[in-house]
This record gives sequence, C-alpha cells and structure tokens, in this order.
Amino acid sequence: MTWLLLAEAGVPEGGLFDLDATLPLMAVQVVLLTFLLNALFFRPVGKVVEEREGFISTSRADAKQKLAEVQKLEAELAEQLKGARQAAQAVVTEAEQEVDRLYREAIAQAEAEANRSKEESRRAIETERETARTQLQGQVDQLSSTIIDRLLAA
Amino acid sequence: MALLPFSLPFAELEVGHHLYWQIGDLYLHGQVFLSSWIVIAILLAFVLAGTRGMKRDPMGLQNLLEFLWNFIRDIARDNIGEKYYRDWLPFIGTLFLFIFVSNWGGALIPWKVIELPDGELGAPTADINTTVAMALLVSLAYFYAGLSRKGLRFFELYVEPTPIMLPFKIIEEFTKPLSLSFRLFGNILADELAVGVLVYLVPLIVPLPVMLLGLFTSAIQALIFATLTAFYIGEGLHEAH
Repeated sequence: MTWLLLAEAGVPEGGLFDLDATLPLMAVQVVLLTFLLNALFFRPVGKVVEEREGFISTSRADAKQKLAEVQKLEAELAEQLKGARQAAQAVVTEAEQEVDRLYREAIAQAEAEANRSKEESRRAIETERETARTQLQGQVDQLSSTIIDRLLAA
Repeated sequence: MALLPFSLPFAELEVGHHLYWQIGDLYLHGQVFLSSWIVIAILLAFVLAGTRGMKRDPMGLQNLLEFLWNFIRDIARDNIGEKYYRDWLPFIGTLFLFIFVSNWGGALIPWKVIELPDGELGAPTADINTTVAMALLVSLAYFYAGLSRKGLRFFELYVEPTPIMLPFKIIEEFTKPLSLSFRLFGNILADELAVGVLVYLVPLIVPLPVMLLGLFTSAIQALIFATLTAFYIGEGLHEAH
C-alpha cells in the first residue's frame, strides 16, 4: 500500500480545514463529471422521457378528437332513432285509427242493413196482413150476403 | 484502548489526518480522490447500465433513472423556470447525484477494509475541499447565468427592492458559498463522527438508529444543496420587472 503514499518528507500538518490543491482539482473533476453525466445520462434519458411525453400528449389529443367524433355520431344516431320511433308511432296510431274507423263503418253498415231488412220485412208483413184482411173482409162480405140470401130464401 | 480487553478492527477515530499526494509544490488529499473515483465509478456504472437499450416502455433500471431524471428536472424547473432550466439541469443533477452517492457511499461502503498508510477513506463530501469546490462552482454558475443573460444589468439585483440592500447583498455573495460548503461538510463529517464514536463505544445494534438518521440527513443534504443551487441560478436569471 506504500504506492499510495506519493508525498515525500515534509508533509503538511493536516487538520479539518486544510485547504489545498484538492479544491481546484475536485472542482475540475466535478465539471468533467457534469459533462460526462450530461452525455451519458441527462441527455439520453431526457430525450426518452420527453419523446414519451410528446407521444402521450399527441395520443391523448388524438383520442379526444376520436371521442368527440364518436359522441357526434352517437348524437346523430340518437336523433335518427328518435325520428324513426316517432314515425313508427305515427304509423301505428294511423293504423289503429284506420282499424277503428273501418270497424265503426262496418258496424254502422251492418246495423243499417239489419234495420233496413227489418223495416222491409215489417212492411211486407204489414202489406200481406192488409191484403189478407181485405181478402178476408171480401170473403166475409160474400159469406154474409150468401147467408142472408139463404135465410131470406128460406 | 488499554481499557478494552480486545481491539476492535473497524472502530478507530481519526480526524484531520490526510493521505498526502505531492504534485510539484502542491499537496492533494489522496483519500478524497480515491473515494471520489469510486463514487464516480459507481455513478457511471449505474448510468451506463441503466441507459443501455432504453425503450419507450421503461424496464428495470431505466425506471429508476427516469424517476431520478424527473426528480432533478422538477427541482430545476421549479426554481429556474420553464425557459432556462434545460441549460442547468445537468449541473444541478450532477451535484445532486455526486453528493447523494458520496454521502450514502460514505455511510454504506465498508471503507475501513481498505487500509491506507495515512488518513482514512470516507465520504468525499466530508472533506472541506470538496464542498468548497462545489460551492464555488455554484457561485460561478449563477454569476455566469446572470451575466450571460442580462449582462451588467445582473447587478441590478443588488439594489432591489431598495439600494439599502446593497451591503447585505454583497455580503450574501460570500455567505452563500460559505453556508453551502459548511452545511454539507459539517453534516456529513458530524454524522461520520457520531457513528464512529458510537461504534467505538458500543459496536452492536446501538449505532444503527444513528446510522439510519445519517442516511436520512445525507439524502436531505444532497437535496438541499441541489435545491439551493437551482434557486441561486434561478435568482440570477430572474427578469426584473
């Protein structure tokens, strides 16, 4: 270990606050270390970190834009869906009204028909009864005149 | 030591002893450089392992490195502002990582296993030279930041909001590096000494809470140093209305 002892006889006293050529050499060493670490550490790592930060911010912006697009499309589709629902609803109500109308019409028609045939048959019965009665009246008259004739003749 | 029936291999205290290296007429603290090289080697190995084959979807070590990067970026961005933080991120980050790994390395690596002729290995930040060097770099950094951006108008900072502040602001230029360096140095050295003394007295279990506390303060010190650096640079760059 004597190779480490480079100083010859007459070394200084030493002490805690012994400032000597160590100071400037250490300063030079720290400056050199700064350049070394800048080349080996700060620049490459900074490049990687900043590239990633750039990548993240651009992909974020990209994603935001895509999200906005998706939201726009979603709103558009929702609008279309609403329109379609309304149209379907309108068709359904129209059809229901149509059915209702047809139903009422058919009922009214059938009622009218029934009424008409009822009336017709009532009238036919009436006329027939009338004719039957007049016929019977005639026969009664004839018979009574015949009876009277016979009685008178007897 | 005579009172102890056996000698403890890892429990001896040395303060203010340095392993001196001589270059010309200049002396260096060898143990500080040795441990700082180990710290730098750990940092570089970690960074090299983590940045190999980085992907957009992070895996393994890359996660940790990105977490660290984000953490440091937040410190720099909060204090300096969106516009200029990129220029200063490496400096602030290097200070944070170097101090953090130094502090934790000083606490977690069993330095005593390596025997030195004089002095002992430990956290590089427990030596005043290291912390003063970094604090002066911080001063240079914020002067450079302010002057390069605003020219001589940088010194308008000294008379805001009123010229009465001028002497205080000038004193502040000296107290900033002083407090930065002494805070870090004092905390780390005190932590090492407290742990050392406790280990010397009671080698088992008892030092553990202090060690955990030391890890906590070590991390906090790194964060404080980096945040203050960022704040001073942000102050230098701040645009007056």
